[in-house]
Amino acid sequence: MSGAKLVQGNEACVRGALAAGCNFYAGYPITPSSEIAELMVRFLPDAGGVFVQMEDEIASLATVIGASLAGSRAMTATSGPGFSLMQEHIGFATMAEVPCVVVNVMRGGPSTGLPTSPSQGDVMQARWGTHGDHPSIVLAPSSVGEVFNLTVKAFNLAERFRTPVTLIYDEIIGHTRESVVFPDSVDIISRPRPNGDPSTFLPKAAPPDGVPPMPAFGDGYRFHVTGLTHDERGFPTTDPGQAGALITRIHDKVTNHQEEITEIETFMLDDAEIAIFAYGFVGRSAHEAVLRAREAGIRVGMIRPLTLWPFPYHQVGEVAAQVDTLLVAEMNLGQLIGEVERAAAGRSEIVGHLRADGEPITPTDLVAAISGAGAVRT
Amino acid sequence: MTDVRDHLREWAMPHVLCPGCAHGIVLRSFLEAVDEQEIDRNRLAMVAGIGCSSRLVGYVDFCTLHGTHGRAPAFATGLKMARPELHVVVVTGDGDGLAIGANHLIHAARRNIDITVLLLNNSIYGMTGGQAAPTTPTGAVASTTPGGNTEPNFDACKLLIGAGASFVARVLAANPIEMTRVMVEGMTHSGFSFIEVVSDCPEYYGRYNGMGGGADMLTWMAGREVGVTGPLSSKRFVNHVPSSTAPPGMATGIIQREERPVFTGVHGEGSHGP
Repeated sequence: MSGAKLVQGNEACVRGALAAGCNFYAGYPITPSSEIAELMVRFLPDAGGVFVQMEDEIASLATVIGASLAGSRAMTATSGPGFSLMQEHIGFATMAEVPCVVVNVMRGGPSTGLPTSPSQGDVMQARWGTHGDHPSIVLAPSSVGEVFNLTVKAFNLAERFRTPVTLIYDEIIGHTRESVVFPDSVDIISRPRPNGDPSTFLPKAAPPDGVPPMPAFGDGYRFHVTGLTHDERGFPTTDPGQAGALITRIHDKVTNHQEEITEIETFMLDDAEIAIFAYGFVGRSAHEAVLRAREAGIRVGMIRPLTLWPFPYHQVGEVAAQVDTLLVAEMNLGQLIGEVERAAAGRSEIVGHLRADGEPITPTDLVAAISGAGAVRT
Repeated sequence: MTDVRDHLREWAMPHVLCPGCAHGIVLRSFLEAVDEQEIDRNRLAMVAGIGCSSRLVGYVDFCTLHGTHGRAPAFATGLKMARPELHVVVVTGDGDGLAIGANHLIHAARRNIDITVLLLNNSIYGMTGGQAAPTTPTGAVASTTPGGNTEPNFDACKLLIGAGASFVARVLAANPIEMTRVMVEGMTHSGFSFIEVVSDCPEYYGRYNGMGGGADMLTWMAGREVGVTGPLSSKRFVNHVPSSTAPPGMATGIIQREERPVFTGVHGEGSHGP
């Protein structure tokens, strides 16, 4: 893949998945993500993979989980309404520790909402959408090239930690075409595999890093997989000690490795008195707004998390300690702004620039907000 | 023949099933069917949803997946598409397979993927305490139909024939030898095979409806059997599965069998697989 190519975000996602070794796709049509399925069926089979269109999003993710248990690197893609339906199996994959990648190309909500308009309304659902206590890994690209990179990273993190990983971007990123030079190859991480005696294999006995080795069905290890709380044998238990150990371990394997997961871009923060916190498409508007405001002599910078969850509390807190004001810009009525407030812990003023009408937040909007004209005090 | 107990995870017992429940008889018949085919246990994946019947997969020494309520056919689709050499058997119940999971069941049948579905029909939700199911006959008492069920019930075999299942059979838990024979036929069928196993729930359905214990229910069940199995041809359709008007006879045996293309997912060059 040498030379620049003009592709849209959804195509970059497919290219990233194929580069990352994806060999199974199951999905259900939904705007604005359908191009991912349409391109997958064109490219995946000839790359040695399998494509299947399922009857709904619930089945799509169940099928992906089944394929992953059979050893595949598997993914699905959807948008808000389908993401709601997938929550059941995001929880199952978290509990059963089955690697998989879920792409959510966000549109306006709630319900069927604004099918062809951008939104960032699902970022808390991506954290807390499935029931029960669970960790979440959620990545948010802001350009077509970054969609490729973070799709690769999503597969690698899913395999590394045996957990579902959500790649979340809005409709603008999904449909914008940009010129991208794709790498010829990428680093691929595969799930840990057992090499011991199958007759004494304990499917949920974890080494110190908290990630148990995972055979595939058919590899010669016979084991039980369940969404019920289970012991090291993988068998259901209601013992409080076992239950507590399991739920703690599936959290710790993520939170104890946050430095492997977290990725952040900072821009012109060194002398900044104001910092814009933005992610996804809004991060691009913020970048441009910083440049324009600097021309006007305003000392402003930007922090943009590429990893939304686990939330980078420490890094955002450090910025809050430095600046006077954190301007949180997101295309929703205030979701990650609450996390920014937790991270800031009173060390800076928090101002929100929020929009949930199907229109993007522009650089002009943010320059005005920086100047105090459009800021909504929270 | 080996001892079928070799196929069990005896360390996982005692099991959760109630005294008089026929699901254990069904499991034994299934293990004998596995034995008869000499299936490699490492290549046998059993997939279940949620409910009493779905708990069976915890006790068998195969590759077992206890998934979510009603979704077993979708999990099974992923396993089979990704690893076609696996024998994939779904164990589901009437609530699991015909209410919350009916959509997945009919689409798996329509695609004609090469899996076997055993649907253990005990006419009620057992695990949650005896609520009415889509199979609870009109007039029957359940905890959510204390005055008698006012809804009509599904005929699982008719539904699956309508969905395009290429192998459809009904067997009775009261007839374990016939169960094994039909399970072997279903599992060796190329394509989607659906076997409704009429089981019992003495603890709820039997108690609520004055039908006695497990043995009484099996005796009652056997008395309603109307066999449909004659000499089998490659394509056979018997259109006299009785309607739900109570108390019908139960058509048993292989009701539908045809050969049609097996779906294996979309593979190279946009084909339907090898």
